[in-house]
Amino acid sequence: MADLQDFPSSPIVTITGCVIVAIRDDLDDSAVLALQNQLVEEIDRKKAHGVIIDISALEIVDTFTGRMLAAMAEMSRVLNARTILVGMRPAVAMTLVELGMTLTTIETALTADRAMMMIAEKKPPKTL
Amino acid sequence: MSSETVDLASLLKSGFEQILADWLRVQAEEGIKRTDVISADETSRQSRTLLASFARVAEDTATDSDFDFDNPAWDPVREVLGDISKTRTERGVSPTEMAWFVASLKQALFNALRKALEDEPRTLVSGISDASRIVDQFALHAFDVYVQEREAIIERQQSEMTEVSAPVVKIWDRIVTVPLLGTLDSFRAQTVMENLLQAILDREAEVAIIDITGVSTVDTMVAQHLLRTAAAVRLMGAECVISGISPKIAQTIVHLGVELPNVVTRSDLQSGLAYAFERIGLHVDMNAHG
Repeated sequence: MADLQDFPSSPIVTITGCVIVAIRDDLDDSAVLALQNQLVEEIDRKKAHGVIIDISALEIVDTFTGRMLAAMAEMSRVLNARTILVGMRPAVAMTLVELGMTLTTIETALTADRAMMMIAEKKPPKTL
Repeated sequence: MSSETVDLASLLKSGFEQILADWLRVQAEEGIKRTDVISADETSRQSRTLLASFARVAEDTATDSDFDFDNPAWDPVREVLGDISKTRTERGVSPTEMAWFVASLKQALFNALRKALEDEPRTLVSGISDASRIVDQFALHAFDVYVQEREAIIERQQSEMTEVSAPVVKIWDRIVTVPLLGTLDSFRAQTVMENLLQAILDREAEVAIIDITGVSTVDTMVAQHLLRTAAAVRLMGAECVISGISPKIAQTIVHLGVELPNVVTRSDLQSGLAYAFERIGLHVDMNAHG
């Protein structure tokens, strides 16, 4: 629990086997590493089958952020948890496309609510 | 009458009403007949304002060969000319009429000069040449403003067109669509993308249909724009359908070697909508009403 308190504003909660992590806007390298660590620990501990990464707080993205998101999704996937990225802002989406990071391997949804339903219903992934 | 006392400034002062009347007469004769656009009253008022301002500045500024329109002393005239030009542009006055409005002042000034300097041909010639130069400068300035105004109008219309040409409509719960018309350049593609993404957020859309029925040509650039928009839509958490791909466009796309991977394509808006319904779990019963 000590780890969790170090980064109180990047909360990770698990609801009905679904890990929800909200990404803060001002993450630096070490914070990202810590967050990734926490995430995989949480998935393992709760035997989660779904992961929702909420990036609605992200206003600025760069290739670093893009890679971080891709990495987090891939980590969750190899732990057999379906990963859905939610809450991306229009400006962020446009920037990522400009940067050529279309994150085609990650599933997306508009809101965490929808993502929860997708995971609960085992709704098939959208055509990627 | 000595040539010392007869210059434009004194003429404008002593013969103001005569020059104005002359000017208005020339204007009326020479083709400014759009009284439906600018009434005679208004023309007379504008002419008087301009001439008065000209007379005021001429009193203590050079109007002979030392005339320099860049002199800040002429700013009031410049301003009046600019205002008149602007008003006329907004009313849709033609370039010829605009040019004539100022140029016809020449005739009135010449008449006044001729009358005052009848016996002094030398002074008359130099007076006419100076007056001509001054009015030409006025006309140039008026025309500059005219063109600037026109350009501003064109620019405004362009931005209005960009806005109206990419309306994003909610076609069903959780489905938005944007019908594209005409040509898709980079600027418009960017606007379409911004509008579409914002609409997805506002309307909580799950499926976005880009209908390109009205797009005349699809080249690699357009295809690239469509792909990028589709990628951004997907990142937002919605699904992108491109509908309205005509057989001809399908051929072009393949011939160009453009690939549309990861994008759902349909030939018409109906099929696009049918696909969208399917994605959000709706079924259309064709036989519902017999």
